[in-house]
Amino acid sequence: MAAAEGSQEAPRGVHDLGGLPLGPIDRHEHARTLYEMRVDAMLMLLTNPSCGAFKVDALRRAIEGYTRSEYEDLPYYDRWIKAIRGLLIEQGVLTDEQIEARVAAIRARQTPSGDAHVRAW
Amino acid sequence: MYAPGDRVRVDSRWQSGHCRTPYYLKGRVGVVVSAVGIYRNPERLAYHKPGLPPRRLYRVRFRQEDIWVNYTDGGFDTVEADLFEHWLLPVAEELTS
Repeated sequence: MAAAEGSQEAPRGVHDLGGLPLGPIDRHEHARTLYEMRVDAMLMLLTNPSCGAFKVDALRRAIEGYTRSEYEDLPYYDRWIKAIRGLLIEQGVLTDEQIEARVAAIRARQTPSGDAHVRAW
Repeated sequence: MYAPGDRVRVDSRWQSGHCRTPYYLKGRVGVVVSAVGIYRNPERLAYHKPGLPPRRLYRVRFRQEDIWVNYTDGGFDTVEADLFEHWLLPVAEELTS
């Protein structure tokens, strides 16, 4: 829907989509996947004050910093896990090498029929 | 500081970095519905800062027809948004009557 006259010409973030003519919203539900629940749990634990790795505001900021194609191409929880990875490195909790080593170890034990789900950016 | 019923305009300034004020409301005039509370500033928390001083958050109601082109319903449809005080500007009564 077009914005009425008077709206600003300043650049808008890739996430700031309110009112853009992007067609109907897909309201179909789908079963939550193990991967999605794990990513959600990871964020809850990391942002809990007892851990305090970062605030959810930092997650939003990280996602808002994606390129347009990154933002549009990544499913919802993939946007989260990419941001979580970046923030853990930014905050010095983990290094990129540690994450890569762990991902490689998990991939190595993955059987062809296994359901291990490895995604990492 | 605003009170319910106060008319406010959302600041249209552009600001780099994290911001919770949606683009489609910038420059729009609405009415304060309620004071939601006082919270640390998310624009600073997003960069691992303390977010102090804390900021007042208000629920502001806008008429849909004030926001969108060709949306005419006599002002019946509204949208409410939670906006921080530092994104709101007072609207002089004499200009709005």
